[in-house]
Amino acid sequence: MTNLQVATLTKKITYPNKGPRWAEITTITNETSDISTYWLKFANPAMQASYRFQPGQFNMVYLPGIGEAAISISSDAADHTSIGHTIRFVGNVTRAVSRLKVGDVVGLRGPFGTNWPVKELEGKDVFIACGGVGLPPLRPVIYHIIHNREKYGKVTLLYGARTANELMYTAEHEAWCKAQIDVELTVDRGDSNWTGRVGVVPMWFYQFRIDSHKTAVLTCGPEIMIRFVIYEALARRIPPENIFVSLERNMKCGQGSCGHCQLGPYFVCKDGPVFRFDALQPFFNVEEF
Amino acid sequence: MPNDRRPEIGGTISIQKQAFDIILSRLREAGYQTIGPHIKNDTLVYEPIESLNDLPQGYVTEQEAGRFRLIHNGHHRYFDLIPGSQSWKQYLFPPRLDLLTLQKNGKNWELITPTQDIPSYAFIGVRACEMAAIQIQDKAFLREDFNDPVYHARRVKVFILAVNCLHPAGTCFCASMETGPRVKDGFDLCMTELDEVFLLTIGSELARNLLTGVPFELSSAFVLNNAERGLENAAQQMGRTLVISDLPDMILNNLDNPYWQEIAKRCLSCTNCTQVCPTCFCWDAIDQMNLSGTETRRERVWDSCFNPGYSYVVGGNTRPTISSRYRQWLSHKLGTWKQQYGTFGCVGCGRCITWCPAEIDITREVSMLRKEAQQ
Repeated sequence: MTNLQVATLTKKITYPNKGPRWAEITTITNETSDISTYWLKFANPAMQASYRFQPGQFNMVYLPGIGEAAISISSDAADHTSIGHTIRFVGNVTRAVSRLKVGDVVGLRGPFGTNWPVKELEGKDVFIACGGVGLPPLRPVIYHIIHNREKYGKVTLLYGARTANELMYTAEHEAWCKAQIDVELTVDRGDSNWTGRVGVVPMWFYQFRIDSHKTAVLTCGPEIMIRFVIYEALARRIPPENIFVSLERNMKCGQGSCGHCQLGPYFVCKDGPVFRFDALQPFFNVEEF
Repeated sequence: MPNDRRPEIGGTISIQKQAFDIILSRLREAGYQTIGPHIKNDTLVYEPIESLNDLPQGYVTEQEAGRFRLIHNGHHRYFDLIPGSQSWKQYLFPPRLDLLTLQKNGKNWELITPTQDIPSYAFIGVRACEMAAIQIQDKAFLREDFNDPVYHARRVKVFILAVNCLHPAGTCFCASMETGPRVKDGFDLCMTELDEVFLLTIGSELARNLLTGVPFELSSAFVLNNAERGLENAAQQMGRTLVISDLPDMILNNLDNPYWQEIAKRCLSCTNCTQVCPTCFCWDAIDQMNLSGTETRRERVWDSCFNPGYSYVVGGNTRPTISSRYRQWLSHKLGTWKQQYGTFGCVGCGRCITWCPAEIDITREVSMLRKEAQQ
């Protein structure tokens, strides 16, 4: 047999099994009793120097022997020296993360997914409505706006947590206010020290003047909160094309291959996590879809 | 007959059945593992075969919802039976595969993944529906934006000997899905089995080289006509039909239809349909650590949208009910798949019907849903 050649498809074989890209924990910032921010640096300095992400994207964080979890990037996209992940300790992987110390290493794949449309929002008012760990994926947007403040109109952050102790990044709020971002807080349950708003995020929309023709709403948080934020936004006549949502689904591969994060015609890991609401509209309110 | 005579690509030749063994042995000489239908433990599997003797000559399969029987009726054909639960998917997309192995070294982990040889498979007897299923999985795994390395490494090496179906089973509906019974493209060789001879259509240069020196005759109009009629008959004899003219819209417009709850009363969420489905591509990655915590293997395994944990997120499960999981499966196969990949995710092979322990029949459920929708 001569001439027998094995080639029916011509694409180049890329077999990537060089293993995970390791990153070291350089700092841990405790945010609340069960949330911390892990500052990571790739073990390979060249990799760190060339790593770029867009606000809203996520990494797959891998702990050998435990598993991988999709975690949004909460740090400043303009800071190329380290990558911040704000993590709540609730699942298998994240509870194991809570036992890690400075100097420990984790595997990192990414960045994956779509981003908040910060470029397209230039010239607009930005209304950010988020709850709980919905804030970390939006923090890079806040940093981006601060760096380019003159390019945006009125910027409002309406942020809620279950209790005052669970509000995150409180040390930075002052700086955000100074950058003319209107930081508005609410908690589900107040205590004797809390003098601010008590109630869930969507119920405070009425207090804000929103220019429907030039405002974009960005939202992330518990799915039930997102649902009602969207009701409120639509009720304030903000067109679906100006509402942006970051969704959470079970993600295993990050590349639209494993199927888990499917939502209608989308894989949330590659077609999301950030969606323009008009793209989600036919499916968003279907129960258990 | 000169010995170095080679058939042309696109041409159809006929060979004596004994000559088939030459093809098999040449494929093996060329480094291929020849995989074909084989009877083992009273069922039909796809396993390494060496000669015609390993093929299930004289058998047919009887298939109905929740029922599969192998029947030996003594005919002389080798490829006359519709496959069982196995499909070629298990070779291109292995059910269990090591992705990487890591060994702990201080606080770091070292990669000690053993190098894996990617086998070259020759698939012998790929039916029209199965060929279509491979082409559908190609779209899922070999994308512009992500080329799955596990699938790709196997897929590029495969030699495909396809086979036209002349005797469909009771659960077949490839004619409805427009994937069969005739194999359209994608093969190296395509065979139609007649009583006395194999007709082979040449699909690639590779196949052409393979056939150099194999004694063949150009097929006569009479024989070709015979095969043609056989295929037309087969299309008429489909055990099932599924109307696709109003899909995917009919399904996507009825996501809230109460009929999903009716199906859920019967569905056990056992995952059988997704495991036997030749297009289902979902997988999970899990870590297997040794007891001392010094070494871990990361494995890729088949997963199923019917597994409760499939849609797990912290604070709940996106699809906690069986009705939502069945709807996810069906509305993907016959609905959103089309938006994602341009084709349906169903090829009409009927496996999900045959292997459903609750006898749930996708063709019936779609027509019942349609009836409910019209009311």
